Amino acid sequence: MHHALSRHRNILDFALSSLLRRKAKNISLFLVYTLIIFVIASLIFFVQALKREAALLLAEAPDMVVQRMIAGRHDLIPTNYGEKISAIRGVSEVTPRLWGYYYDPVFQANYTLLAPDTAPPPPGTITIGSGVARNLRIKTDDLVTFRSYSGTPLLLTVSGIMPLHSELVSADLVLMAAEDFQAMFRMPKDVATDLAVTVANPRELVTVANKIVELFPDTRPILKSELLRTYDSLFDWRGGMMVVMLAVALLSFVIFAWDKASGLSAEERKEIGILKSIGWETGDVLLLKFWEGAVISLSAFLAGVLLAYLHVFFSSAALFSHALKGWAILYPQFTLVPTIDGYQLSVLFVLSVLPYTAATIIPAWLAATIAPDAAMRS
Amino acid sequence: MRPSTCFILLLTTGLVLLLLMGIHARSSRVSRQAELQERAMLVHRLRLTDLCLFTEARYTRHPAMADLHAPFQDHPTALEHFPSGSLVTPPATLQRSYAPRP
Repeated sequence: MHHALSRHRNILDFALSSLLRRKAKNISLFLVYTLIIFVIASLIFFVQALKREAALLLAEAPDMVVQRMIAGRHDLIPTNYGEKISAIRGVSEVTPRLWGYYYDPVFQANYTLLAPDTAPPPPGTITIGSGVARNLRIKTDDLVTFRSYSGTPLLLTVSGIMPLHSELVSADLVLMAAEDFQAMFRMPKDVATDLAVTVANPRELVTVANKIVELFPDTRPILKSELLRTYDSLFDWRGGMMVVMLAVALLSFVIFAWDKASGLSAEERKEIGILKSIGWETGDVLLLKFWEGAVISLSAFLAGVLLAYLHVFFSSAALFSHALKGWAILYPQFTLVPTIDGYQLSVLFVLSVLPYTAATIIPAWLAATIAPDAAMRS
Repeated sequence: MRPSTCFILLLTTGLVLLLLMGIHARSSRVSRQAELQERAMLVHRLRLTDLCLFTEARYTRHPAMADLHAPFQDHPTALEHFPSGSLVTPPATLQRSYAPRP
């Protein structure tokens, strides 16, 4: 046991000094490897944390939202639809939701205006998300002017700012009284943006949705499970940006490993020839190459994963923010609650460390099985 | 010190940091539970349906509420279905604002 351990340590010593001899090449190899692991691990951490947060938060979303469609587009829904929907067996509550968008031409940002049905701000006042406060550079008790749809300015006092840690759901929200909302958009009092439906038994949701569509063929019910599915697919590895980024990172890793696996340099071949001529066995040479690969890949994996954790959970995934911002002026600033998926990290380990280590051994094995003099001459 | 000892020390430090990362994640989840609860209550009280991730367009701000034919409705951030999408640039008028100033 002790002998085997000291053999490994001696070979590891030799592997490290051999790596240090080709310092520039191996440091650049380590940096590229670390960068690839960093990008993939950042993506895993970011997506997992957002997925978890979305699932936890949207579990509190309405059971069902009923929209009215006109000519294939979302339209305002008469509140009397709600009265008929609440009469359906199984429906325990129907609440009209008043919400819409306001484009701020000065700061070129979009806000979501919402009139909550419970504890709304008093008329003439608004409660704003911290993203809006940051964008408008305002604080509590300041006055804000919105241009109403009748062309007249609507003067509102900021009565409160929602906490910073709620930005993931409230960054662009402007909460106002229903009267102000209706005045702002010249909206009749008998319509709502959509209806939030609560169903006592979640297993009856589909039946209730079918009954609603039967009763009002111009409506489109959206179930909570569909909301969750939308966010699941948003962060799914098969969808959109995720697959592009993963594909790029994996492809670069394949090219990188392929380059390694495609052959040894003349200098490395010569080294193997010399080692064999001084009495090293093929097994020792393979062990040496294994340790060379393992030193680079293990260090790069650890460095990449640790840097990715710091990037996502301590700097709010600063490198991804440009992709998330898009054309948006108002961007929510949120720090995600850290989530580590052991399974995905293990997959990353298996898919990155093992192929690279194998890629370093195979060409060495090919070189080590030929005669030492031939290896030195090649 | 032998190079292997240095490497083993470095590897052990990395593994310890990895372990600390796991502990940090777990403790953060516990310590930020109240904050998460508050966010969930806000979603419940305001009957919100979407996360505020992208505010640039209706269908990105509220992907779950978007029209059936809005971009990305099949699944958000889906790749463009139509080749024209990758050839046609956004109209210049989108960058210009015609909205009246208050």
